[in-house]
Amino acid sequence: MADQRAKSVLLDIRNLRIEATVFPPGEAPKNIVLVHDVSLTLEKGKVLGLIGESGAGKSTIGLASMGYGRGGVRITGGEVVLNGRDILKGGKEGFRKLRGREVCYVAQSAAAAFNPAHRLMDQVVEATLLHGTATRAAAEKRAIALFKKLSLPNPESIGERFPHQVSGGQLQRVMTAMALCSEPDLIVFDEPTTALDVTTQIDVLAAIKDAIRDTHVAALYITHDLAVVAQVSDEIMVLRHGRLVEWGGTRQIIKEPRQEYTNALVSVHEIEHQEQKPGTNPFLSVKNITAAYGRSHIKVLKNVSVDIYPGQTLAVVGESGSGKSTLARAITGLLPPEQGTVTFDGRPLANRLADRPKEDLRQLQMIYQMADVAMNPRQTVGTIIGRPLEFYFGLRGRERDRRVAELLDKIEMGKGFIDRYPAELSGGQKQRVCIARSLAAKPKLIICDEVTSALDPLVAHGILKLLLELQKEENVAYLFITHDLATVKSIADSIAVMYRGEVVRYGAKSQVLAPPFDAYTDLLLSSVPEMEIGWLEKAIKGRRMASAGN
Amino acid sequence: MSSPIVKLVAQRIALGILLLLAVSVLIFAGTQILPGDVAQAILGQSATPESLANLREQLGLNDPAFIRYFRWLGGVVTGDLGTAMSSGQDIATSIKGRLWNTLFLAFWAAVVAVPLAIILGLIAVRYRNGWVDKLISGLALASTSFPEFFIGYVLVYFFAVKYQIFPGISTVYDGMPFGERMLAIMLPAAALTLVVLAHMMRMTRAAILNVMQSAYVETAELKGLSAFAVIRRHAFPNAIAPIINVVMLNLAYLIVGVVVVEVIFVYPGMGQYLVDHVTKRDVPVVQAVGLIFAAVYISLNIIADIAAIVANPRLRHPK
Repeated sequence: MADQRAKSVLLDIRNLRIEATVFPPGEAPKNIVLVHDVSLTLEKGKVLGLIGESGAGKSTIGLASMGYGRGGVRITGGEVVLNGRDILKGGKEGFRKLRGREVCYVAQSAAAAFNPAHRLMDQVVEATLLHGTATRAAAEKRAIALFKKLSLPNPESIGERFPHQVSGGQLQRVMTAMALCSEPDLIVFDEPTTALDVTTQIDVLAAIKDAIRDTHVAALYITHDLAVVAQVSDEIMVLRHGRLVEWGGTRQIIKEPRQEYTNALVSVHEIEHQEQKPGTNPFLSVKNITAAYGRSHIKVLKNVSVDIYPGQTLAVVGESGSGKSTLARAITGLLPPEQGTVTFDGRPLANRLADRPKEDLRQLQMIYQMADVAMNPRQTVGTIIGRPLEFYFGLRGRERDRRVAELLDKIEMGKGFIDRYPAELSGGQKQRVCIARSLAAKPKLIICDEVTSALDPLVAHGILKLLLELQKEENVAYLFITHDLATVKSIADSIAVMYRGEVVRYGAKSQVLAPPFDAYTDLLLSSVPEMEIGWLEKAIKGRRMASAGN
Repeated sequence: MSSPIVKLVAQRIALGILLLLAVSVLIFAGTQILPGDVAQAILGQSATPESLANLREQLGLNDPAFIRYFRWLGGVVTGDLGTAMSSGQDIATSIKGRLWNTLFLAFWAAVVAVPLAIILGLIAVRYRNGWVDKLISGLALASTSFPEFFIGYVLVYFFAVKYQIFPGISTVYDGMPFGERMLAIMLPAAALTLVVLAHMMRMTRAAILNVMQSAYVETAELKGLSAFAVIRRHAFPNAIAPIINVVMLNLAYLIVGVVVVEVIFVYPGMGQYLVDHVTKRDVPVVQAVGLIFAAVYISLNIIADIAAIVANPRLRHPK
C-alpha cells in the first residue's frame, strides 16, 4: 500500500527552507526566513490547495516547486523531489528544462503576465516549441482544443489577438490553456481568480476545474479564499508565517478544523450590526447624476440618484467598470458631473472641487483601497494625521499633538505610533491611520473606496469592526464602495447595486437582499463562493437552468 | 493601417512643420539682433554712408523685417537659400555636396554605433550587476566623458602619427573611390562612434531593465526560456520606444553636432562650412545651415515619435 502511494507521488517537498535578504530603510541588510521546514506530497492528478494570509509563504512554496525565487529569495534547505529526482540539484540548466515542460505556472493577473507585444497564440505555444515536445502545427492545434475546452469565444481565432484585445476573465483562461499546452505533470495556480469580478470568477473557476479533471494534471492551487479552494482541491494545506498549520482533506479542513487558526479562517465572521431605517431627511442627496470622462460619449454614470442619512452606511456594490468609484468622484467634485446635482444639508454643492469652500471639503472625506500610496512615505504618522487638524481647525503645537494622540487611541493604535513612518506599519495599521486622518476633519460623510479589498480577511474584519464602532461614536455616515457582497451584508444600512453606470437596485439592506431579485442582482448574489463542497457545480447548474428558462 | 495611428502620425507631422516655422522665425530674428547688417559686412572698412545706403536699397534691407523674413522663407521653400556674401556663390549648391559628406560620415558612424550600443546594452542587462556589466558601463562612460576633440586627437596621435594606419586629415573630393573615401572617414567616424555609444547603450540598458520587472518577464522565465531569450524576445520589444528615442537623438547629434570633429579632421562637411562662415560673419550661410540643422533635428525626432507610436501594439491593433 505504501509502495503504491510512493509510485503515484508526483511532488515530494521535504523540509523546505526558504530565505530572503531584506533591506530595511536605515538598517543593515538582514536575512529573514520565509518558509520554515515545510514538507508536502502531492499525488499525480491531485489538487492541493495552499491557503493562508499574505506573508504565509504560499506563493513562495509554489514557485519553489519550479526552482524559482522572486527577487532575492533563495531556497536554503530541504529537497524538492519531482518525478523522483531532486530538482534543486539540477542547477540552472535543470530548472530551464523543467519549467514550462514538467511544471507550468498560472499567475494572478493574466493581464500583466501576458507580453503586450506578442499575439496570444505565440505565447501559448512558446514553451511547447521551446522544449521541442511538438511541432508548431501540432501545438497550435492542441492550443485551439484547449481554448474550446476552456469555453473561450472564437477558439479558432482568439490566438491571433493581442492581450489588450481580450477581457481579463478570458485572459485568465488563455493563461490556463498556456499552462496546459505543453502537457505538464504539475501546474501551479497562483491566485488565478483573485483579480476577477465574482460573476467572472465562477466561470473561470469552473473552466479550470474541468480542465484539471480532463487532463489529469496535478495542481498546487494557491489562494487566500477558502471558499474558492474548497471547490477545486482534494486536500488543503493551511500556512501561516511560513509554517505549516494544518494539512488534511478538503472536507476535514472546512468541516472539522483541528487548529485554532484554521478555525478562525473557516468560521464566518458575523459582525453585529443592526440595520437602521432610513430617516426622513437625508443630509446628502445625489440627484440624476450623469458623468463621462473627458469629452467621451460613453457615460460612466447614467442618471444616478441616491440618498445618504446621518450616521448611516450606504453600500455601493458592483463589479469593475460599474461606475461606483466614479460616483465617489462626482460627489467629491473630482469629476464634475455633466448633469444632475449633489445637495448637502439642503443646498447644492458646487460641481467642481475647486469651487467648493473649505467647510464643504471638510465635511466629505475619503479613504482609499491602497493605504500605502495614499500617504506620503516621508511623513510620520503624527504629521499625516495632524495635517487636517492644522488645515481645517488651525490646531498647533501641544493641542494638535493631544488630538493626534486621541485619534490614535480611537483607531486602537496608541500614541507610540506618532513618530513612525508608513513603511514601518502593517497593511491594516496603514489603513487605520488613513481612517484617523479622515476622522480628524470631523466630517459628516466618509467615502470608503474598497478600503478592505487589499487586506487579509482577518485584518479586514478588524477594520470593518472599527469603522462601525467609530460610526456609533462620531455619528459619521459612510458611502461604502465595494465589490464584496459579504462586506456589504455585514455593515450596510442601505444598498445601491450598480451595473454599467446605472443603479439597478436600491433600498434598505433587508429589501435589496430579499427576493424577488432582478436578473443582475441574482447573478451577483449567486456568484459569491460559499464554503461548501459542491457549491460550484450547483451554482453553475442553477445558472444554466436560469438561462434555459429565459 | 488603422485610424488612430494615421491621426497620431498626422498630428506629429503637423506639429513638426509648425515647430520648424517657429525655428525659422527664431533664426531670422537672431541674425537681425546681431550688430551691423549685411551691407556693412560686405563693404567692410571701405563703407561710406552713401555706398551703405545704396547697397541697402539694392539688397532690400530697408524693407520691414517681416517682409524680409517672408522673402527669405519664400526662397527657402523654393530651394533658393540665397547667395553667400563672402564668396558670392549660391548657398544651395555649395551646401549640397557638404550635406552629402556630413550624411555619409554620420551614416557610417551610425551603422557601427547603433547596433553596437544596443547589443552592448542587451549584454549589460543579461549580466546585470556583474563584472561584464560594470566593465561595459565603465568603458562607455569613460568614452563619453572625454571631450570629442580629445578623443579625436588621441585617435590621430595613435592611428595617424604613430602607426600611420589611417590618414589624420580626412580630405574627400567628388568622384573619390568608395574604398579611399571609407579609409578617409575612418578616424572621424570612430571618434563620433565613441562619443554617442555610451548614451545609447546606457539608455538601452535602463529601458530594458525597467521592463525586466514586469510580470510577463517572470512568465517567460517560468516557461524555461534562457536568460538571453527572455531579454531579446520579451523585454526588448517592450522597451523599443525609449530606445528609438535615444537612438534618434544621437543620430541627430551625429549630423548636427559634428562641428568639432569635422574641424579636427578637416572634413568638408556642414559643420566645417558653418564654422568657416561664422568667422566670416556670413549671415545668409549661417541662417541656411541653422535651418537645415533644425530641420534634421526635428524630422529625426518626429521619426522617433512615429516609430514609438507604431511600436505600440495597442495603437497598431485597436480593440
